[in-house]
Amino acid sequence: MHRRLAVLSRVLLLAAPNRGAWIAGTAAGSAAKILENMEIGHNVLHGQWDWMNDPQIHSTTWDWDTASTSEAWKHSHNYVHHTYTNIRGKDKDLGYEIMRIDPDQKWHPVYLGQPIYNLLLMAFFEWGVALHDLDLDAIRKGEKPMDEVRHELKGIAGKAKSQVVKDYIAWPAVSAAANVAGSLAISAVTGKLKKKQRSKAIADAAEAGRKAFKSTATANFTSNIVRNFWSNAIIFCGHFPDQTYVFSQEEVVDESRGAWYVRQLAGAANIDGNPMFHIASGNLSFQVEHHLFPDMPSSRYAEIAPRVKDVCERYGLPYNTGPFFQQWSMVQKTILRLAFPGGEHKPKPGPYVPEKA
Amino acid sequence: MAERGAQPNVPQYRRRALKAVESFFSPLLPDDYLELINPLWSTQELRGRIERIHPEADGAVTVVIKPGYKWGGHQAGQYLRIGVVVDGIHHWRAYSLTSDADRPDGCITITPKLVDSGKVSPWLTGSAKPGDIVRLGGVEGTFTLPDRVPPRLLFITAGSGITPIMSMIRSIDRSRAYCDIVHIHSARDADRVIFGEELRRLAADRTWLDLHIQETSKAGRIAPPHLDNLCPDWQERQTLHPAREMLDDPAHWEAEGLAGQLVVERFQPVIGGNAGEGTGGTITFKKSKVTAEAEAGTPILVAGEEAGIEMPFGCRMGICHTCVGQLCSGQLRDLRTGEIHGAEGEMVRTCVNAPEGPVEIKL
Repeated sequence: MHRRLAVLSRVLLLAAPNRGAWIAGTAAGSAAKILENMEIGHNVLHGQWDWMNDPQIHSTTWDWDTASTSEAWKHSHNYVHHTYTNIRGKDKDLGYEIMRIDPDQKWHPVYLGQPIYNLLLMAFFEWGVALHDLDLDAIRKGEKPMDEVRHELKGIAGKAKSQVVKDYIAWPAVSAAANVAGSLAISAVTGKLKKKQRSKAIADAAEAGRKAFKSTATANFTSNIVRNFWSNAIIFCGHFPDQTYVFSQEEVVDESRGAWYVRQLAGAANIDGNPMFHIASGNLSFQVEHHLFPDMPSSRYAEIAPRVKDVCERYGLPYNTGPFFQQWSMVQKTILRLAFPGGEHKPKPGPYVPEKA
Repeated sequence: MAERGAQPNVPQYRRRALKAVESFFSPLLPDDYLELINPLWSTQELRGRIERIHPEADGAVTVVIKPGYKWGGHQAGQYLRIGVVVDGIHHWRAYSLTSDADRPDGCITITPKLVDSGKVSPWLTGSAKPGDIVRLGGVEGTFTLPDRVPPRLLFITAGSGITPIMSMIRSIDRSRAYCDIVHIHSARDADRVIFGEELRRLAADRTWLDLHIQETSKAGRIAPPHLDNLCPDWQERQTLHPAREMLDDPAHWEAEGLAGQLVVERFQPVIGGNAGEGTGGTITFKKSKVTAEAEAGTPILVAGEEAGIEMPFGCRMGICHTCVGQLCSGQLRDLRTGEIHGAEGEMVRTCVNAPEGPVEIKL
């Protein structure tokens, strides 16, 4: 499906100078990139589909169309984030080391700028995540060997290069070539390639090509930004809404296996939505289920959700969820508020109570 | 990492053309898109399309497969790793090739027999249909017809053990090699002889093939002393015998001083035949940064797994090369042959090699 959308987008963008085609092509391209990153990339790299034994769709061989190398991602996300979820100072995804999203994080004047970092991070999320994978904190403290850092930077540079070449050079060039050829063909048919008008026809063709190159490149750029916004929104809604709990390192000393599950449960929040929405979010709208069973195939989360709720109800545990815009605006409010010193804990929901039928 | 098919014989120009447009598709490959049109076009692994499936006797079926690219050839008697998707899971199994390598239609055949408790054979014999795509792995096996066909041969087979021999008979028939074959095959009764019709027809038409079918339900099983009767000149023949259930007894040949004339096939490698042999040793897994001790007879793969490393593996019997790792230093013992080997930089199969003293491996 992702590959078909990608092909559709590339074909539509051949006609990118046309406004309608530009919009349709950009939409298809954004949708393809979102599917590729969220439902496919993230979940394959979790090993959710390793059971198929397919050599290509396997967490050890998969690579995705984003700035993080799959190797670095598997460490920072699968290991660090999923093990130390929502523990201050341990889970680097908590504010991505540049933002304060929990009142217990110490305030510092740099956080005054966080509404701006936040906007930048939304637009360029993939790059933010890639840099964040480097673990800047560890580098600053000199805990990370330099050759490892160099190796990872090289990986990011490689990924950056292939994205730039593909989205901003190769495909725009194809669009340009197609438009030049098209324009010349029309001229030939209408007889404009005859002596007098030849130079004008060639100039027209070159102009058509230039336009096509530019509009295809901007369409691809837009697709990347749209994808970044979307993945940023979904991921922030997974852990930073008001309902989620954040833990201190002292709280989790000698944590038992059971307590680990409770932390996963309380530290994550779902997003309500229809099946289309769930797929577009890579089923991260089932963040709670995903954190309990990160390597379960994502398509199963919807099936186990009732059982998770049942456990929550029986043992008086919270089951965090809410509609997308509510969750998203809560997160944005928190980010704005906590740019300034202080801030209070938001009231947490109590134990899960099933909705009355 | 999961097992994948063999490198196909893709024409050079095609590989270059795909390489040239690779950056359009990063991080996927042009292949990933071409596959949507035709899965046989993959240049990453060799695939084949099932052309026909026809039933044979005794619950077996012959599956005719057309490889996506020109078939790289095989020696009669060898087996093929074949990968099929059953309920979304890729499974790999080895089956003897029953075709000879020179079929004019470029197809190959395997003849699996239904194993009720199995995964792959029920699919091949029941669910597979023409048009289905399978993955074709490496061709291996040393139980083969020698390049120069010996003039006098004795084939002793039973049940589905006939499959590699069938490839040999077809190969001899096609190449019109000069030879004289006695073929003794055992089956419960005459109706259960896989390839029975074709064999009987060949035996009737060809002067070089002399077929004896032993119906074990009536005449009992064949034992070595019967050979004098069934094939009086057996001592003068090169004997090929896919050892399964019948004459698994090289002693009969050894007693006559004829061990060199008997070729047997074993599908399962005889690992640990001399389990205590060798020294074992310390293995340093350089990528995982783990060191493990392996006792004599313990494959590197097992030692690694016990040390908690996620080791790549496939067949675990030295066939598929999924488990290979680069040897950095040290000596290894091949658990199938007992041979000591180990060159720096060599790619070694961890499933059939044990350390002989300290070794370092890039895994």
